[in-house]
Amino acid sequence: MSTDQLMGLITGVFFGFLLQKGRVLRFEKQVGAMLLKDMTIFKFMLSAILVGMVGILFLSDIDIIKLSHKPMNAGAVLIGGALFGAGWAIMGFCPGTSIGALGEGRWHAVFAIIGMVAGAALYAEMYPFFKSTVLAWKDFGKIGLPEAIGLSHWIIAPFFWAGVIALFFGFEKNGL
Amino acid sequence: MKWKTNDGGWSPYLAGGLVGLLAILSVYATTQWMGKTNYLGASTTFVRAAGLLERTVAPERVAANAYFTKEKVKVDWQFMLVLGIFLGALISSVTDRSFKIENVPPTWEKRFGPSVGKRAAGAILGGIVAMVGARMADGCPSGHGLSGMMQLSVSSFVALAIFFGVGVLVAALVYGRRSS
Repeated sequence: MSTDQLMGLITGVFFGFLLQKGRVLRFEKQVGAMLLKDMTIFKFMLSAILVGMVGILFLSDIDIIKLSHKPMNAGAVLIGGALFGAGWAIMGFCPGTSIGALGEGRWHAVFAIIGMVAGAALYAEMYPFFKSTVLAWKDFGKIGLPEAIGLSHWIIAPFFWAGVIALFFGFEKNGL
Repeated sequence: MKWKTNDGGWSPYLAGGLVGLLAILSVYATTQWMGKTNYLGASTTFVRAAGLLERTVAPERVAANAYFTKEKVKVDWQFMLVLGIFLGALISSVTDRSFKIENVPPTWEKRFGPSVGKRAAGAILGGIVAMVGARMADGCPSGHGLSGMMQLSVSSFVALAIFFGVGVLVAALVYGRRSS
């Protein structure tokens, strides 16, 4: 195994362990969030974002790492996002959690995985078509919120933190 | 706030916060030892898995495909990360006894009954649609949701809002507001 592969594997084991401990791998938790009944996956995800954001913005400030924004391609994000949302609701897993759900014995996740591999093959077949249509409409490029609104990320981040923490109190108050 | 849930799990705030630390360590470590900053993600691995499988039956078709060429069909860092998620979840669930063989998810069963065939059809169909969408949007709840939001990427804020907004609509239609 190469160093790259070994590092990926170790990181993945920790990631999978924490996803399972947070109990966010289950169909019930994912669909529960979409039915607005159980916000566990958002508590988990937003906590990860709050912590990760501080370290990643700092490491990028001191030039240790490079930020890598995904392109704000309007057609791709709007239509692709809507397709993902619809499929996610029916399947009850996202790509990362499907494989973790399989690990905790929910073997039916194998059907979701088969579907997603088939979907990836289908996307590869249709790529030339999408490239000349959906992907060609309007690309705003690889932009970050700080450049988009002209404020330092150290001004945006505290507002983001405050908003998310208010949301957490809301979740707890309403028993979500 | 409780750090342990009733079923032996950890508070999602704690487990999630630790994933944030893992994400920081991971971008640092990949930059140092691989020479390129790698962010947590999962959906590109499904493209590579599709390419690897397709290659066993139609290698020339994979070689000629523009998307497979762009994403490079190989077992890379993220591919191993995704396999690692399986192992990590297995270790965690077996050691705290939350490992459970489940044929059909309970919420699904309430709405559609215990048929594995029906669940398989729903999951495969949902999986196809979701993955076409994730590849089009260039990310899933890991790549956009976690990694993109941490970097304050505009596309990730928009993507996550749409993932969830459409998810809420479709879940209400499919499972009904009063399903449990």
